[in-house]
Amino acid sequence: MTELFGLPLAVVAGQTMLGLVNGCFYAVLSLGLALIFGLLRIVNFAHGAFFMAGAFGAWLLQRYLGLGYWVAVVIVPLIVGAVGAGFERTLLRKLHGLDPIYGLLLTFGMVLVLEGGIRVMFGSSGHPYPVPEQLRGTAQLGFMVLPLYRVWVIAAALSCCALTWWFIERTRLGAILRAATEKPSLTQSFGINVPVLLTLTFGAGIGLAAFAGVLAAPILHVNPSMGSNLVIVVFAIVVIGGMGSIFGSMVTALAVGVVEGWTRVFYSEASNTVIFVLMVLVLLLRPHGLFGREGSA
Amino acid sequence: MKVLPLPPGFTRGLVAAVVLALVVLPWLPQFIYPVFVMKLLCLALFACAYNLLLGFGGIMSFGHAAFFGTAAYLTGLAVKHAGLTPELGILAGTLGAAVLGAAIGALAIRRQGIYLAMITLALAQMVYFLFLQLPFTGAEDGMQQIPRGRLLGLVDLRDDRAMYYLVLALTLGGLALILRIVHSPFGHVVMAIREHEPRARSLGYPVERYKLVLFVLSAALSGLAGSIKALVFQVASLTDVYWHLSGDVVLMSLLGGMQSVLGPAIGAAIVVGLQYYLDAFGGWVTLVTGIIFMVCVTTFRNGIAGTLTARVADDTRAPTQRYD
Repeated sequence: MTELFGLPLAVVAGQTMLGLVNGCFYAVLSLGLALIFGLLRIVNFAHGAFFMAGAFGAWLLQRYLGLGYWVAVVIVPLIVGAVGAGFERTLLRKLHGLDPIYGLLLTFGMVLVLEGGIRVMFGSSGHPYPVPEQLRGTAQLGFMVLPLYRVWVIAAALSCCALTWWFIERTRLGAILRAATEKPSLTQSFGINVPVLLTLTFGAGIGLAAFAGVLAAPILHVNPSMGSNLVIVVFAIVVIGGMGSIFGSMVTALAVGVVEGWTRVFYSEASNTVIFVLMVLVLLLRPHGLFGREGSA
Repeated sequence: MKVLPLPPGFTRGLVAAVVLALVVLPWLPQFIYPVFVMKLLCLALFACAYNLLLGFGGIMSFGHAAFFGTAAYLTGLAVKHAGLTPELGILAGTLGAAVLGAAIGALAIRRQGIYLAMITLALAQMVYFLFLQLPFTGAEDGMQQIPRGRLLGLVDLRDDRAMYYLVLALTLGGLALILRIVHSPFGHVVMAIREHEPRARSLGYPVERYKLVLFVLSAALSGLAGSIKALVFQVASLTDVYWHLSGDVVLMSLLGGMQSVLGPAIGAAIVVGLQYYLDAFGGWVTLVTGIIFMVCVTTFRNGIAGTLTARVADDTRAPTQRYD
């Protein structure tokens, strides 16, 4: 058997794969977070809760309506995104112009409402969600066995990120979005309806979180607290990468996922904390984040 | 909102009445359960210590449970495993929280605003995982059966009444210290930094050092609250370091009134009371806490104390406008 640093290659490769899958979830979540922060200047604490809502949405559709995974992948992000847009329109809107701390607090309240509400309705235990039939198999690569579903998650998440990047950088609506991020008042004076843009952006960011939630449903147990620990990790990643660049935060997320996977192989006790240690190192060496700019608070 | 100004001396009279009620309370256990009041006192101190940083310093930490919980575990460790007396246990917990506060504070004040909130949250989560994995903490079960011991080797704290007066004395002492900090020359510089940091810097004040000292003071006092809690309930558990508690203490400050020194104590009383009575309903505690949070943030940003004292103007643009 081939070995790497005294460990079987299959183990290292397997954990790299797992790390990449986690990194993909981090990437999609931090992408939505950065999108929302860029335009609304709000750190959405509820991002993990909406991720959880996405996974629960998939489970509910299957349990009560008999709708399968492929329907859920399309519908759930739209529904949860619409709920997010409604939340922005009715509540978050009231805090416009106040200290951004209040946005963080309001979305923190939303975390408690979503988690508490789902615990009241469906209990706090986990629910299994089946892997769709088409993706149940594995591929034999010689040095490792590759579960197809994991490959699909990585492919889907990366294309989702690429699509978002293309949308923001290459389309007209994306250009308007970038303009509004830079100077909202000037953009508005050109006749662009910035308030609607804010709602749509928030909805889109939430939809991305829900999409990641549906992708995660067959891998993680669907339970009310699956999002809250995740969002703290994503916050650490955002601090590491800096929220200035979308590309930067995606690369950081994937790299951090892989580092976390490797830590599980070499020193598993630290796998929970390694991301935070990385954050401390970055704060000491580059206080504004790897891709951050001076003066971005 | 226009509110009539309160009669002069009202706040002072109210505080005196509350202190008097707290002193006679253990002799009237038929009205309210003393152990519940002890929990309330701990969390009132915790909330006021936290608000020293948030309301007074304008620095938003989202990881204060780390200090509360670390102190609880250290007190447990000192009293149960090292066999120290309770006063040394409390000292160990408070000092430990201060050291942790210096470490986390030094990292966190490198950034500002929401980034600082995210950094403290992440570091507190790291502390949580440490306590989950360290050998002496009992992981999910928590550290149980921490002995209360004899205070200075003389007073047996297993007696609830003796414990109660110790808790009351420490809490009032802690609150008095907070008031002293606020009205000290140090406090005035902190306020100047909060209001206009570049200006304070240009006047030659070492801004970072002031922020760090304030952070350490807040962490140490939060630790004092955690140490007392470990002795009262004889248990230190993961809920004491979890982010839920960090969120609760923010809510206490917000609900009680961030602009006042003792307002968060009122917020603590309401949140603790709510959790006590809703405890049997599982998810409802979280749901109701979340709803109160959202209502407070959208419509009630002055909190109870701010609304009562009417010294706060209509417009509350900054979370930290005034602090009397």
